[in-house]
Amino acid sequence: MKNYFMIFAVLLCSFQLSAQDLLDILDKETPKVDNVVTATFKGTRIVNGHSIKNRKSKELEFIIAHRFGRVNTGFGELFGLDQANIRFAFEYGLTDDLTAGLGRSSYEKTYDGYLKYALIKQKEGVHHFPFAVSLFGSIAAKSQKAIVGSERTFAESLYYVGQILIAKKINASFSFQLTPTYVHRNLTTIDADPHDIFALGFGTRLKLNKRVSLNAEYYWQFDKLVSIAARNSLAFGIDIETGGHVFQIILSNSITMIEKSFITETTGNFFAGDIHLGFNLSRTF
Amino acid sequence: MKNTYILLLCLFLTTLVSGQERFLTKTGTISFFSKLPLENIQAENSQVLSIVDATSGQMAIAILMQSFLFEKALMQEHFNENYVESDKYPKATFKGNIIDFKSIGVVEKKVQVVGMLEIHNESIEITIDALATKTADTLVMTGAFYINLSDFAVDIPSIVRNKIAQKIKISFLFNHKPYKK
Repeated sequence: MKNYFMIFAVLLCSFQLSAQDLLDILDKETPKVDNVVTATFKGTRIVNGHSIKNRKSKELEFIIAHRFGRVNTGFGELFGLDQANIRFAFEYGLTDDLTAGLGRSSYEKTYDGYLKYALIKQKEGVHHFPFAVSLFGSIAAKSQKAIVGSERTFAESLYYVGQILIAKKINASFSFQLTPTYVHRNLTTIDADPHDIFALGFGTRLKLNKRVSLNAEYYWQFDKLVSIAARNSLAFGIDIETGGHVFQIILSNSITMIEKSFITETTGNFFAGDIHLGFNLSRTF
Repeated sequence: MKNTYILLLCLFLTTLVSGQERFLTKTGTISFFSKLPLENIQAENSQVLSIVDATSGQMAIAILMQSFLFEKALMQEHFNENYVESDKYPKATFKGNIIDFKSIGVVEKKVQVVGMLEIHNESIEITIDALATKTADTLVMTGAFYINLSDFAVDIPSIVRNKIAQKIKISFLFNHKPYKK
């Protein structure tokens, strides 16, 4: 009796082995890999400011961004649509991790150039890392002719910005970014204006459905330009993804689109209706 | 004493069964191709795992969706984020049988593979034609077939409907080697 039992056990044992699921073996044999977290933000901008998103290597993007006048200017100005500040730019992926951009804004006829480098990526898997870090640096040059009596040299027309972008994709529909920022201007309007301004940016993306997300961004300045009674920049945007590009519709109290300007030179009061409608259009080649 | 014999027999049997011939590859290639007048989209994954049990002709395939490489990075991002939802469903799998496996030899032979294909958490039964050759230390299987995106609940928005084909051509090449545990 005992023997029969043993034989039965043997048979059961062998049966289990032969029926062992081949997929289980594949599971075991699957190499453990790191997955870099992607799509933390869909655009290279959260709203006005940069996100950790880079252009891929050899990808060229042409961006046209508009900010109209203030909506509270009323019907006579067609709620700000009569005026527009425009920036167009070429942005190019030198490598997957390094993007360069050259742009021109109509506001003060300003040229800007920037470099953005993805230093650390958020990863899941063996080499798990909880957040991403990118570095951003830009130089802007104002080319608008100065009024007689307040002429400036080229060096005095320059502005520098340095940012550390720290971002985390919490889950598929929610991402967050902190952006410590430093802005330096070589020339200030009055002596009371600081040459150096530190600011901290807060940005977030909430994915509403597969193709639409709601973004918000706020830059808090530790020091402000007093000559223009500068305010902190607040912006809301909606990202709409179409096949080849991301279309962003924006509401913001800032009318400019480059860092030195919207972070430190915003004067509108969002809650008093000084809101600029705008959009970022990009096309990738 | 008798028990010792039985124990030995048990061990022997287990060795026999576990020593059955299996072929495995970790570098199988699967590529897909969406062909439309407006846009051609293709992607390739060369880290596909496939295993064949030579005694039973059973076959299993595991495909990590994030390992598909596209020509355009944006396409790859959309593929993973919006279409196959790789974060929720990281793997596609196939489990089935190679019909008349024993007939495969050194001369290339057309065989049918019947089984369940699971993509995006949706399974369908599928029959695939493949060309197979087998020697002592290789088992090569190659072929192509079509799938319907609608079978796998992959939702294509109207705005890109003329850029992504409903019927997707899938090509595969598996160069299996003997698998030892």
